[in-house]
Amino acid sequence: MTAVYADGMALGLREVLAEDPRVYLMGQYFFGLTRHRRLTVELMRDFPGRVWNPPIAEVGYAGTGIGAAISGLRPIVDIATASFIFQAWPQVVNEAANIRYMTGGQTGVPVVFHITHGIRGGGASQHSHSPQAMLMNTPGLQIISPSTARDVRGLIRAAVQSDDPVVWIDHVKLFDIEGELPDAPETIPMGVADIKRRGTDLTIVATSLQVQRSLVAAERLAAEGIQAEVVDPRTLVPLDRATILQSVGRTGRLVVVDECHRSCGVGAEIAATVAEDAFDALRAPIIRVATEDVPIPFSRTMEEAVQPTVEKIIAAAHAVMEARRPRG
Amino acid sequence: MLDAETPGALPRDPAGALALLERMQLLRAFEEKVAELYASGQVAGLVHLAIGQEATAVGVCGLLRPGDTVYGGHRSHGHALATGADPERLLAEIAGRVSGYARGKGGSMHLVAADTGFVTATGVVAGNISLALGGAFAAQLRGTGGVAVAFFGDGAGQSGQFHESLNLAALWRLPVLFVCENNGYAEFSPLSAHTGVERLATHAATYGIPAVTVDGNDLGAVREAAAVAIQRARRGEGPSFVECLTYRLRGHYEGDPAKYRDRAELAAWRAKDPIERLAGRLADAGLVDAEAAADANRRARAIIAAAADAVLASGPAPAGDLTTDVTA
Ligand SMILES: Cc1ncc(C[n+]2csc(CCOP(=O)(O)OP(=O)(O)O)c2C)c(N)n1
Ligand SMILES: [Mg+2]
Repeated sequence: MTAVYADGMALGLREVLAEDPRVYLMGQYFFGLTRHRRLTVELMRDFPGRVWNPPIAEVGYAGTGIGAAISGLRPIVDIATASFIFQAWPQVVNEAANIRYMTGGQTGVPVVFHITHGIRGGGASQHSHSPQAMLMNTPGLQIISPSTARDVRGLIRAAVQSDDPVVWIDHVKLFDIEGELPDAPETIPMGVADIKRRGTDLTIVATSLQVQRSLVAAERLAAEGIQAEVVDPRTLVPLDRATILQSVGRTGRLVVVDECHRSCGVGAEIAATVAEDAFDALRAPIIRVATEDVPIPFSRTMEEAVQPTVEKIIAAAHAVMEARRPRG
Repeated sequence: MLDAETPGALPRDPAGALALLERMQLLRAFEEKVAELYASGQVAGLVHLAIGQEATAVGVCGLLRPGDTVYGGHRSHGHALATGADPERLLAEIAGRVSGYARGKGGSMHLVAADTGFVTATGVVAGNISLALGGAFAAQLRGTGGVAVAFFGDGAGQSGQFHESLNLAALWRLPVLFVCENNGYAEFSPLSAHTGVERLATHAATYGIPAVTVDGNDLGAVREAAAVAIQRARRGEGPSFVECLTYRLRGHYEGDPAKYRDRAELAAWRAKDPIERLAGRLADAGLVDAEAAADANRRARAIIAAAADAVLASGPAPAGDLTTDVTA
């Protein structure tokens, strides 16, 4: 059936709540301030006592989720706007991420943190963060970063089933994007990338909302006769490096599109992986399309200029196509 | 309280009384204009209005002097205006124009008017409270006699930052004024859903901070409480806490239909409109008659109308400014 991303989220949450009595939702802003907020209301109605509404106390309730997870529950803790995960930072990156290791493997923390990242339109510097690269730089955290209704639904299940902490990252601009949902519930395993579009001329590795922008760019490139392959890692940790390397091995050209800031972003990690492990396959320098290294500005004009766009992706694709280094 | 001896009570001279009324009318006219521009698409992004809460901003800021500093939050248009900020430059900022105080980089949630002591505003609930401590710390060390004011809501009182800041301010006897605008809601949840503590001022007692809860829609009551607190701070006697019971007459953000509040509650608070109450009071005292009040309102509206015309005629923030103002 056809559904929007937000429906995939709601269905995924509904399925894990129904299947596993250890699952509790802590937070009521899974859908932000969007029209999809009613989906949370429906979950509260259908699962009485399973959805909790914490006060503005992110560090406190993130810790509560961690403690509950250690004690046998499977909480999904909603931090809402990704920028506010900084309020919960000590518990997420210094407790949840470390506990398994610090206890010599004894203690698992099967908690899921949910955040909605990215440039949303007028969110300005303090409501627009994409902290996935910072989180990726924290060993011990798994990160799911879906881009379609199907992927989010299936990855929620994988996240809840994991015995270790997971950060689940959505982009608010994904919520209304339509896709196909299979009839039966499915678990999409961690660490398995999805090739969202096949192509032979260049590889575009994109994450989250940028997968959708890259697919639009790929259609336009196809109209010019350039066939782009769009690879969606779906989970940032673990990262399916093999699928990325194989794709670049076929095409010889790579554009990485990610909404983190350029320096040390998720795109930088992917570019470095390919430079290290597939250097000989490259026929052109890798190009990163990323958010500029400045805080996110408020005004519409600057906000448009700061972020990855379809036009920037197309320009990057043209640039890698023009470079003509023979295969090494 | 018109004849109270407290320095903060309502002025007994017609000009002083009228100036306060006109300032509140200016705040109201300003925010109604923002609502109008939002509805017509000329202002976008996350916008939180404080219509109905004008007495707190004007009551406190009207007692400040040069060198004092104010730290706001996400609902701070009125706080900035009450310090004397230029309505045209504020509106330009909210509309993302280059003529704004931050040249369109900050927007509604991140206002600044350094010239009038409005240091900064944060979109992170409670994030401004410790910043105000820093302003107070600097004033104390430099011996300026300056006072720092933090405005925050009832929701902020549930955060760790709030409690850490109260403790620190008390411990170091910082000249800071905590102004809690308790409007009964944090986003869509009533106070009772966030805490079992009905009066936020209760927390202050724990840390030994003098605290008072006042009718936040009564300008005289707010001024009296703030005046005592400011005097105390200037004398080196440390922080004070003023809880103002008030209500936002609009939704949490522009676009929020506020269905979570019942009509009777809204009507009851409309009847306590702080501007009408002040006007009535000044008329009863023979200080400002209805005609003078109406004239003042017309003047305030003319100022705002002219500001809006100028803002709409001005240019958007240029995309080329994107990479300025950041140290990289
Ligand atoms: C740290 C943090 N968590 C969550 C939010 C989302 N948020 C924005 S306003 C708000 C409610 C604030 O309530 P209150 O402090 O009472 O201020 P009011 O909006 O009533 O003026 C929340 C939760 C935020 N901005 N910052
Ligand atoms: Mg409130």
